[in-house]
Amino acid sequence: MEQIYLDNAATTPMADGVVQVITNEMKNDFGNASSTHQFGRRAREQVDAARKIIAGAIHSQENEIVFTSGGSESNNTAIFGTAQARKNLGRHIITTKIEHPSVLNPMAKLASLGYQITYLDVDETGHISLDQLKKALTPQTILVSVMAVNNEVGSIMPLSEIGRIVAPTQAYFHVDAVQGFGNLDLDVEKMKIDLLSTSAHKINGPKFLGFLYERRGIKLDNLILGGEQELKRRAGTENVPGIAGFGEAVREMRKIDKTALQKRYTMFQDLILSALKKQEIDFEVNGTLKEKVSHHVLNIWLKGIDTYVTLTNLDLAGFAVSGGSACTAGSLEPSHVLTAMYGSESPRLKESIRISFGRLTKKRDVEAFASELAAFAHKKQLKA
Amino acid sequence: MNDKSKIRVVVGMSGGVDSSVSALLLKNQGYDVIGVFMKNWDDSDDSGVCTATQDYEDVKRVANQIGIPYYAVNFEKEYWQRVFNYFLNEYRKGRTPNPDVMCNKEIKFKSFLDFALNLNADYIAMGHYAKTRVDANGTVHMMRPKDGNKDQTYFLSQLSQNQLKHVIFPLADLTKPQVRQIALQAGLTTAKKKDSTGICFIGERNFKKFLSEFLPAQGGDIVTTKGDVVGHHTGLMYYTIGQRSGLGLGGNQDSCEPWFVVGKDLNQNRLIVDQGFDSPYLYATSLKASQLSFFTDLPDHDATWHCSAKFRYRQPDVGVTVEYHANDHTALVTFDQPARAVTPGQALVLYQGEECLGGGMIDQAFQGVKQMQLV
Repeated sequence: MEQIYLDNAATTPMADGVVQVITNEMKNDFGNASSTHQFGRRAREQVDAARKIIAGAIHSQENEIVFTSGGSESNNTAIFGTAQARKNLGRHIITTKIEHPSVLNPMAKLASLGYQITYLDVDETGHISLDQLKKALTPQTILVSVMAVNNEVGSIMPLSEIGRIVAPTQAYFHVDAVQGFGNLDLDVEKMKIDLLSTSAHKINGPKFLGFLYERRGIKLDNLILGGEQELKRRAGTENVPGIAGFGEAVREMRKIDKTALQKRYTMFQDLILSALKKQEIDFEVNGTLKEKVSHHVLNIWLKGIDTYVTLTNLDLAGFAVSGGSACTAGSLEPSHVLTAMYGSESPRLKESIRISFGRLTKKRDVEAFASELAAFAHKKQLKA
Repeated sequence: MNDKSKIRVVVGMSGGVDSSVSALLLKNQGYDVIGVFMKNWDDSDDSGVCTATQDYEDVKRVANQIGIPYYAVNFEKEYWQRVFNYFLNEYRKGRTPNPDVMCNKEIKFKSFLDFALNLNADYIAMGHYAKTRVDANGTVHMMRPKDGNKDQTYFLSQLSQNQLKHVIFPLADLTKPQVRQIALQAGLTTAKKKDSTGICFIGERNFKKFLSEFLPAQGGDIVTTKGDVVGHHTGLMYYTIGQRSGLGLGGNQDSCEPWFVVGKDLNQNRLIVDQGFDSPYLYATSLKASQLSFFTDLPDHDATWHCSAKFRYRQPDVGVTVEYHANDHTALVTFDQPARAVTPGQALVLYQGEECLGGGMIDQAFQGVKQMQLV
């Protein structure tokens, strides 16, 4: 049976070019990038080359890029590092209700340590209010952490506007750009971003790798202590093949016009939505399709059909999509994002699925999925 | 349908050896097999941390070994509403419930069957030791399995014909040692796993402590059959008819025989005891049962017949005469020989030779015409 993957917000397949680079690096440049001999120098050269590509992609300097084990570590470093280093300047932090758990859980931890956390609300399109942000800022605010793109509904946050509001204050502006990097153009200078987290495996790179952009002059408390790698900001021997592959993934990603990519994703969304409409499926889109949204995510409420039943049937038919994170065996944790958007009583929480595309997604795969989903939903809704 | 690959069987896998082997056998027979772990009880810790149980880990390993897809499904809510509430209510009434019978009826062969049908299953299977036979009319009969020692027809006695039609029992003609042998030969990680014991949601925990968390216990007098107070009990629900241990009573001058629970007086909150395993107060000659259900559908008229019965799991069969009342699905069951410790709340299960006919719930026990003071 053919397996079709439409869960690219969870992870993406590695690009062929990336696999090639990583394979070559594993074979050829096994040296420790901190060593001074020629093996080390060759490895260092690869790390530096990747860092240059990556810095260029977000318009930063090379020495502002710190490689980490991925998005979660980047977020943890940004949040705990700021909280610890700046606790004498204040103990107030602002974030949103729809951040990734690798932001929300550090926030909860800080709250238990006496920090005050303000969680900004979102509307039914998954967007925050800048007015609420302005009102929440105090002289004690040391950090504002807002994601670039929501991983469940694709809403794009107004980063430039937030940057303009936060810049005159003492607060750092941290952006979890795990879902934004690769889908949007990001410019840390124009957007006045101080800290920015990314992950390699969301852009067809290797897993367990990411970076944290730290604006020059910022000194965070380190999360991982040890050697002096990454300009003394992150201990641990660099994953040279992985970093080289990350560089290749970013190089390939930069060649793609983001506007054209979003247009292609919109076409994918339309294929699915029109298939559902044709079968007269009773459904609604969670969030918005119109503006300030990244179209690589399509979140659909299939009325009256349990998420778990949909996911299992689609999986058995060979289609991989998602529907919230697994909690205890067999139960899906109700999405905190949909809860923030629609309230905890909404049936959307138990009857929604997320479809997500990547740059390697093929049109015919989306078409096959669209007809399978429409046929399945038709059968279930007919029965009900 | 000779091509079994077109027949989808959803196997409820508990992480134990029996359901592991069921899945393996079905897969080897060529069926389209899907493993599903059922989570019916929330065992997460006090901090609310989600715990993927060790059992589900075993299901994953076995499913990967066999080469079948696996999923998990959560029936905690359904189990709480339809099994656990029944369980507590029965204890409140002073009865001794059988949650396994109810779990099969309401969860494993209802909620789980519904879920499987939602996955386009033709059949479900689990690790039960039971057997079915289809007659010329297509009616499915429940039969005793090969392994009489593990026979679980008692727990399946409340299933309907419609439920039975969707079930395969792959272990019907195997003994438990054979099942373990098959698991060992196939190298399944669960081959040597210990059998689960006790009621599933209580597990190895202290039963008394568990129950006291849900039901307020009220202590009272322990009295002899003559009404003499001989001790203090900590709550009627902790005792079951025919039980010996835990009474903390010595002998008296007439006899050093141990004491046994022979009755409960719910109104006066008194536990009634007598000396001797074979106390005449423990022997009933008939019982009344309700909610009678038969695998091959209920008779639509009153009927009387002779067959055999079990009043407890693993008890040898007893010859009985059943007077069935069709209007309210009840029966008066008279025993060929007096039977010990017939307990309200437990299941009555009827057999005719190798066939299991069905059963009901025991409500009252009688000595001759006198109702025994059991609840």
